[in-house]
Amino acid sequence: MKVLIIEDEQDMLQNMKQTLEKEDYLVETATNYETAFSKIGVYNYDCILLDISLPGKSGLEILRELKNRGITDGVIIVSAKNSLDDKLEGLNLGADDYLPKPFHMAELNARIKAIFRRRNLKGSTGIEIENLHIDLENRIAKVDQLPLELNRKEFDILLYFASNKNRLINKTALAEHVWGDHIDQADSFDFIYSQIKNLRKKLKDHRANIEIKAVYGIGYKLISL
Amino acid sequence: MKLLNYTTAYFSAILLFALTLFTVIFYFQMLDEIYDSLDDGLENQKILVINKAKKDPTALLKKEFEDGYYTIHPTTFSEIEHAKDSYRDTLMYMLNEKDFEPVRLLETAFEQDGNYYKLKVITSMVEEDDLIEDLLYSILWLYLGLIFVILLLNNWILKRLWKPFYSLLANLKTFRIEEEQAFHFEKTKVEEFQLLNTQVEKLLQKSTESFRSQKQFIENASHELQTPLAISINQLELFLEKEELSEENLEKLASVLENLERMTRLNQALLLLSKIDNKQFVEEESVSINTIIEQIALDFSDYAEHRNIKIELTSKASIAIAMNKDLAVILFTNLIKNAVVHAKENSTINIFIEYQKVTITNEAKHKQLDKNKLFKRFYKVNTHKNSTGLGLPITKAIADKYDFELNYTYLSKHIFSLKFN
Repeated sequence: MKVLIIEDEQDMLQNMKQTLEKEDYLVETATNYETAFSKIGVYNYDCILLDISLPGKSGLEILRELKNRGITDGVIIVSAKNSLDDKLEGLNLGADDYLPKPFHMAELNARIKAIFRRRNLKGSTGIEIENLHIDLENRIAKVDQLPLELNRKEFDILLYFASNKNRLINKTALAEHVWGDHIDQADSFDFIYSQIKNLRKKLKDHRANIEIKAVYGIGYKLISL
Repeated sequence: MKLLNYTTAYFSAILLFALTLFTVIFYFQMLDEIYDSLDDGLENQKILVINKAKKDPTALLKKEFEDGYYTIHPTTFSEIEHAKDSYRDTLMYMLNEKDFEPVRLLETAFEQDGNYYKLKVITSMVEEDDLIEDLLYSILWLYLGLIFVILLLNNWILKRLWKPFYSLLANLKTFRIEEEQAFHFEKTKVEEFQLLNTQVEKLLQKSTESFRSQKQFIENASHELQTPLAISINQLELFLEKEELSEENLEKLASVLENLERMTRLNQALLLLSKIDNKQFVEEESVSINTIIEQIALDFSDYAEHRNIKIELTSKASIAIAMNKDLAVILFTNLIKNAVVHAKENSTINIFIEYQKVTITNEAKHKQLDKNKLFKRFYKVNTHKNSTGLGLPITKAIADKYDFELNYTYLSKHIFSLKFN
């Protein structure tokens, strides 16, 4: 998978690059309009992460130019502005998603994977990890062909973990992804624990070769056994 | 009061005063003129009587008025030595009117053949009452006529002359700074209106500019804070993935991460609040309050269940409100979140939807809250770690924006109610 990050903030750029390289993607970077198009013209990217506020020509202008050239790479707008106008305009110009800064790396991962899945429809619409198979179209998870009985939240949690295999998932990131941004003020995320406990039990009962491991004080991690 | 009514009221008051004054002066002048002319007539009659007496001495014997207009009484020189002609008003019985009527009387004296005589000449006088009455009526009609004409002119002149002013007013009334629409000024030849138009135009330009720059500032401030926050959070997340961290270090880093997330929430809440205050949520649609509340209650159900709190939703009516959908979601999320977070364990939260009104009640550890401080920024009842102190102020700001009535009461439970008008 090839990903292009267009971002002028060096630290931000390096963080994203590092996290995506852990997923074994081929990551290229650009810091402005010109360097971006010197790469876009040469390679095809599966996903472009695009910052809106760039020095010189803005990210929206890059989107406009992509549209003009008929390039349909998957684009995720990454913006600190969190402005509705930009979001609407970006999506109208053909962007696939809008991710406001600050975000959790796990969330970025999940969004990129969603783009890959959407773009490779001819390929599988499922995720395979060890003996676990997740059928996204029908929202069914199976271990060794035997379906797991999961409720809506449990399925969302499992999918989020599967998109972030071997990555540390922060409790807040998980809560915000599954329960929505508004859950943030809950005094603790202990309530996540009961959901995770159920999910763990179901995975274990079905003898899945994966495990959701708790990482002390921070969150969880999906690992192969 | 409308401008038209003001001018009419002023005009009628001034006219009433001016016309009354004028009438009084006019009345006395008329009276004066009438007396003048009556007295001239009497003087003439006096000369006629004296001449007549010279020719016909029997005239000197006329002692009563009866059928004539004069009387003559003999007198002595000493009595009339210093007498002068005197005019006065008096009353006489008139047969035709069967009443006493005012007459003008001239008293004088003359000498004939060495004898002295006192002469009284009368003439009928205009009736003062009639004159006053006539005058009053004429003035009243004049007054009413003038008021009517002024009303007519006012209406007509105001409409024509003040047209640019009224069109400016109408435009200002519909002007919304956040919509950035063009403002139309009506052309006028009146210097004052031209000045008004240019000044208003200048003011509007200035406020639009400052509105824009304020909006820009918020966005910039947001950008400037979000990026370093994003970098810090992400770097920490990457760092935490390193295997060699001890449990103690993990715990410390987790706390740093938690605080960064808290800062992010605070920043976003502040931003949201300023955006609402700056009226940046313009788009409106018909929002089903029931659907939104159902969804939010569902979102919080897992958390509530974990704390053994029941959320009971009763819908007695369906409410649809024209407002910004994001704000509607934020409004009810904050109210319900507030109830869920502060509710006692093993208690029930009641959400009651009735005609144009939503009530949310919860039991909590702490008793009645200070109504005056509750909706103020950064007012915190307890030292709730993850509370921004901005949830209820945001709710209030949204309610104020749409003129909803947001109320808090305490009746052994905390009751928040929202009334749509």
